[in-house]
Parts: sequence; structure tokens; C-alpha cells
Amino acid sequence: MERRRDCNSSPFFLKAGKARRASLKKIRTEEITRVVKEMCMEANYSLSPDMRACMERAVESEKSPLGKQVLSQLEENLKIAGEEKIPICQDTGMAVLFIKVGQEVHIEGGSLTEAVNQGVREGYREGYLRKSIVSDPIERVNTGDNTPAVIYYDIVEGDQLDIVFAAKGFGSENMSRVFMLKPADGIEGVKEAILTAVRDAGPNACPPMVVGVGIGGTFEKCAMMAKHALTRNVEEASPIPYIRELEKEMLEKINRLGIGPGGLGGTVTAFAVNIETYPTHIAGLPMAVNICCHVNRHVHRTL
Amino acid sequence: MERKINVPISKEDAKSLRAGDYVYLTGTIYTARDAAHKRMQETLDAGSPLPLDWTGNVVYYMGPSPAREGYPIGSAGPTTASRMDKYTPRLLDMGLGAMIGKGKRSQAVTDAIIRNGSVYFAAVGGAGAILSKRILSSEVNAYEDLGTEAIRKLEVKDFPVVVVIDSEGNNLYETARKEYAREI
Repeated sequence: MERRRDCNSSPFFLKAGKARRASLKKIRTEEITRVVKEMCMEANYSLSPDMRACMERAVESEKSPLGKQVLSQLEENLKIAGEEKIPICQDTGMAVLFIKVGQEVHIEGGSLTEAVNQGVREGYREGYLRKSIVSDPIERVNTGDNTPAVIYYDIVEGDQLDIVFAAKGFGSENMSRVFMLKPADGIEGVKEAILTAVRDAGPNACPPMVVGVGIGGTFEKCAMMAKHALTRNVEEASPIPYIRELEKEMLEKINRLGIGPGGLGGTVTAFAVNIETYPTHIAGLPMAVNICCHVNRHVHRTL
Repeated sequence: MERKINVPISKEDAKSLRAGDYVYLTGTIYTARDAAHKRMQETLDAGSPLPLDWTGNVVYYMGPSPAREGYPIGSAGPTTASRMDKYTPRLLDMGLGAMIGKGKRSQAVTDAIIRNGSVYFAAVGGAGAILSKRILSSEVNAYEDLGTEAIRKLEVKDFPVVVVIDSEGNNLYETARKEYAREI
């Protein structure tokens, strides 16, 4: 996606006669809808290069013959999906978006949230993607267009609209966990919680998985970090040295659980462990493990 | 061991399969997932007949993505079977021949598999595009209003599955994991 630098900037005036020039970038809702629509389709037909590289390496390194066979099938599946525009997985997910709105951005043409949902609606219809959303968790009537999306907004400095789209499948979502640990549980408690979540998930979460972990913050903050961690490039390590070590150690431990591709036994149970952290309260150590299947779909665009 | 099995499945075939066998299924199977199972349960509770006789039939826990023009079906991989556990023993006791899904089953389902000489297969989760190539035709059989969750009749050819729980209760997920586990 092109980055607009000219910004269509125009002067604007603050009240009480105190005028100043500010560069306000205008973004039309139609453009947001179009971009989100494209992201929905792209995410469901092809994985990011880092995920594909993981798959290729796994086919080589997997020790179990049946596990190798499963991985080869998954590689072939990716090829067919990309070439014929058939969704990689029939569960084309619930649309989850992390949107960073620059303070200098002005959205024109209507509601930003509605523009995003319209993009999801068009993407899932035109892309032959499955509509998996029900309007009420108990009454369970399908909305017919895969909306509404789950959208997290963050207001940031700058004049860009940064969008991360993830199509989150629920086989793995259902195996995700929040743990309200005690400060005394420390890093050992964190390690045990990650292993517990992965062990319990087993074959249900369509391994090889990507394990997103959020540590710190509050009950909901750690869950959001765990989800966001899944959208990070799986070949990039955390910038925090001890977290980088923890990611490496946990990936090794997870791959010794024996779960393997498809849960049919083997040495590749996870492709990556991505961890995010945030300051927390003196009384707590909240953490969340959000598991994603091998179809870890996410696309990033900046407007 | 590799096997080729025709479906609907005979009792002899079902009982001859062992956990770990790689099986290619050819014939007719039916899809049903959460909403269809719930409705079947309500139908039975009301004393009414089901829209199809499951005796010897194979259920595939699957809700496809929409088919493009010229294709029989969209992406068509298995969904997590354990969500159907609550409804499954009753269907097995009514003669359900076999199940295709992914993931663990409850002890009650395993007991019902043993009791009825049935079998639980896993297809590879997240391989919906490649699996759709083994589906020759698809038509809605019942509950059309459920959309992707309707019961569909599928003709399959060499549809690849692995036996996870056999009629003796052997469980590949448990045995295979132990084989490769190197936990410290």
C-alpha cells in the first residue's frame, strides 16, 4: 500500500482567534473500506512469508513420518489456496483489527467503524469466505456477512492510519487462556502456565501453532497483548533480552511435548512463541495465552 | 497401515481399523456441526424422526466456505469434534457408523465408540483447500436455513483421514504424543 506523504493538508483554525497551521491528513472512509476488503481476502488465501518459511523448515526438521506427511499436506494446501483463491481453511475467522489512528488524521465520509465493517462485509462476500459470526452469543443467528469485526483502536502521534487485520479461527481461539498468577509465581509460574495451555490445547488447536503471550497489565490488557503478539513476524524476537530468552526456551519446551503436526505426534508442535509485556499492579501477575493454529493469518497496511 | 474404505461404512470395516491407520474414504458422507447437532437433539427430544438415517453413515464435522463458480464446494476441512461430544453418544447408539473431525473426544464418546464398534477419524485441520479437491459433489440434505451449518451430502473420493480412536478404544493422540514427548 502506498504511503501518502502529501497529506492533502489544509490550514485549520482553533477557536478564539488563535490560528495555527497544522497538517491534517484526510482519509476517506471509502478508501478504508476498500483496503480492509483487500486485507480480508489476502489474509485468507496466503500466509505471510515468515509463516511460509516456518512451514518449509518444519517439513525438513519434523522427525515423525506421519507428522512430515501432515506438514507436506499443509504446504500443498497453501499452494492450492494461493493459486485457486480457495481459503486456506474453511474457518475464515472472526475479523480482528488493531487500528492506530494518528492524531493528525481526519476521517471523512462517515463512521470509521462502519467503514471497517463494510470492508469486512465486502471482503467476505466477494472473497467467497465463510460467514461465521452470530449476532448474539446465546440466540446464535448468523449475521450473514461476518460482521461485526472486533476492533481495537489506539490513538497515536502522527498522520497515518495503521491497520493490522487478523482472521482469527476459533479452533485455536477456544483453547486460549487467561491466568491471574500471583507475583510470587514469578517467571516459573509463567512458564508453567504457557505449557499448561499448550498441553491442554493439544490436537484441538491445529498444531503446529503460534503461541501469543501477554504478561502484565490487567485482566483484559494481557489478553489483548496475547492476541496482538500473534500478529508479530514469527521470525522476529522480542526486543527485551530476558523475554527473548523466554520465547526461545518456551518454544523448545513446547516442541518437546510430543504433540506434533495435527496432534498426531511429532517434534514440531509450535512455530513460534511471541510474548508482549506491560507494567502491572503490585498485587498481580496477569497473563494470557492466545493460541493460533498454523494458519496464522494477518495483514498489515498503512494509509 | 494404509487402507481404502468405502462409505457408508460396514461394521466389519469399522471394526477392522486400528488407531494410526491412514485411510482413504470413497463414497457418500454427510456434514453436520454445532447447530445441526443441536437441532437433531431437539428433534429427537420431541419424539420426531431425524432428516436422515445415520445407520452406517459417516458424519463429517465441517462447515464449508462458499463454493466459487464451477467448484462443488469451497474450503472444507474438519472442525473441532469435542463440541459435538454432548450429542454424539446418542447418535452412535442409533447406529452412526463413523465420525470425521479433529481433536480430542470425551470418555463418554470413546465408550460409545467401543460399545457400537464405531471409529473416529481425524482429517488434517486447516487443510481445507486440499481436502476440497477430494469432494466431488455437495448438496444440502437438510436444515438449509443453517447456511454453512446445514447438513450436506458429499460424494468423496480417496478422502484422506487417520484413525484416532478405534473400536477397541485405542487413541492415537495419546500413544503418538508419548512416543515423541521429551519433557524434562
